[in-house]
Amino acid sequence: MVMIASANDAALCRRATRRNFAQLTAGHLLSLPAAVALLLLFVAPTIAIFGIALTDWQLGADDLSFIGLKNFRALLVDPDFYKSLRNSVVYTLLVLPATVCLGLAVALLIESGRSFRAFYRAAHFLPVMATMAAMAISWEALLHPTIGLLTQALASLGVPTTNWLKNQHTVLPALAAIGIWQNFGYAMVLFLAGLKVIPPDLYEAAAVDGADSAFDRLRTVTLPMLGPTTMFVTIIITLRSLEVFDTVSIITQGGPEKASEVLLYTLYTESFSYLRTGYGAAITVVFLLMVTSLMLLQTRIMDRRVHYA
Amino acid sequence: MNSLLHLTRSAGRHAILVLTSIFALLPFIWMISLSLKSPGEMFQSAFSLWPEHFTAVENYAQAFTSAPLLRFLLNGVFVCVAILVVQLAICAPCAYALAKLRFRGSEGFFALVLVALFIPHQVLALPLFILCYKLGILNSYAALVLPFIVSPFGIFLLRQFFKAIPDDIVHAARLDGVSEFGIVWRIMMPMSMPAVTAFAIFSAVSHWNDLFWPMIVITSERFMPPSQGIVAFHNGELGIQYGPLMAGAVMIVAPLLCAFLFAQRKFIAGLTLGGVK
Repeated sequence: MVMIASANDAALCRRATRRNFAQLTAGHLLSLPAAVALLLLFVAPTIAIFGIALTDWQLGADDLSFIGLKNFRALLVDPDFYKSLRNSVVYTLLVLPATVCLGLAVALLIESGRSFRAFYRAAHFLPVMATMAAMAISWEALLHPTIGLLTQALASLGVPTTNWLKNQHTVLPALAAIGIWQNFGYAMVLFLAGLKVIPPDLYEAAAVDGADSAFDRLRTVTLPMLGPTTMFVTIIITLRSLEVFDTVSIITQGGPEKASEVLLYTLYTESFSYLRTGYGAAITVVFLLMVTSLMLLQTRIMDRRVHYA
Repeated sequence: MNSLLHLTRSAGRHAILVLTSIFALLPFIWMISLSLKSPGEMFQSAFSLWPEHFTAVENYAQAFTSAPLLRFLLNGVFVCVAILVVQLAICAPCAYALAKLRFRGSEGFFALVLVALFIPHQVLALPLFILCYKLGILNSYAALVLPFIVSPFGIFLLRQFFKAIPDDIVHAARLDGVSEFGIVWRIMMPMSMPAVTAFAIFSAVSHWNDLFWPMIVITSERFMPPSQGIVAFHNGELGIQYGPLMAGAVMIVAPLLCAFLFAQRKFIAGLTLGGVK
């Protein structure tokens, strides 16, 4: 368009070129601060973490030497790291199914009626946004061996109780229970959004095909249509479970006997408490690869969902 | 018959949802309940949610006097506002450039934004800690704000919204003599308020709640944001006094909860946008 104008009118042409030039510089000027900040605060640190992982650097030390993949080889045979990785996986496997099922069930129940929808949605969503540092302290009090409400309630029901958060056999399930509490409202909200976009005529078609009961409708329409949402929720909850940090650092500090040591907490203590920087960086690289591959998987699923829509 | 079936189904729905709601709300109720009780009452075997002796005034007063609770809260407000203002100032012009302007390198730059979206922030902690150390800003507000001044997610989100605004509006503004910078703040931003609000909520909630980064760069109570402050209170010598501790926890959770109750839909929109990240 600019080309045609320039052919006809020299003055207009000059103005257009000037504007084009202005646009060119404006583009650079307007994105410059963000570009500098991204390079300095995202790109450079990411490269640095890979670099540091190849050294034996200890925070504060003046010298460091390049030791190749030694940190990673050490990780492979480190029983503590293995335990931390295993705990993270177990924690995720405990949190994930319960969170997805509970979130789905609550979403379906909320949508199945008209009354109190907003109240139920808000009540279940509160844990998602509440400051976990404060809520962890409340959970610690709920599970307290003598004054804890949950411990008292279970004892009065005749269930054998223990000091849930100090017993190495119960600490991970107890933390997972808190994880479920924190995340199931999040799953619920995502499922509610998924339910909203199911076209109503699918239910009519199913009714014509003889799907009469609520259970039939659920089985033939709702659940299959929620497939992509379920995949999406699964990955997001997995990511959030792998990133668990607050509850562990406040309530258990990875104990007892490292029974609740999880990836991010190990990363934190190795890098910032024990100052084994190179080793901490190697753990960071492992964490980065795990999280990034999950996120890539998530984008591929999102893309596919867009194609279906 | 039909209405009876309907009634039982409705009762069943409420029965289950009330149960799951109690699960979701229990830690909040327990926290408030403990914050109203005296130590003696907490350790009684017979327990009730509502205290026999109302000690709320003492507990809350002690929370504010024995720990710098007000300071933590003000730190939180200051840091969250500072982060958000700088984030918008940096991300909005960039998002506009990516959405509406043609310039050399724009595609490569957008690819960079997408890559940054995939990097979890905990991964950057160690190099950013070293950066803060070299800059001599450990234990300061600057250390709490600096790593978050640019948000790849903010750029991405605003770009999506800016792209949806018709080019004619941009052209008309230029003919009226509005500068490119003016277009960002006087046209793009006001027309993308839903996205800006959602992002603002996402940003404020994440940084109010963040514990990981403050634990790395802050050791002095003067600069602690609310989450780290309550942990310091918990780990300190007064941490065994459940009444004041819970009163402090309530005060730290309350601002976000109140805001949420006023603007539920906006909060849910903002926080689920974050999940898409």
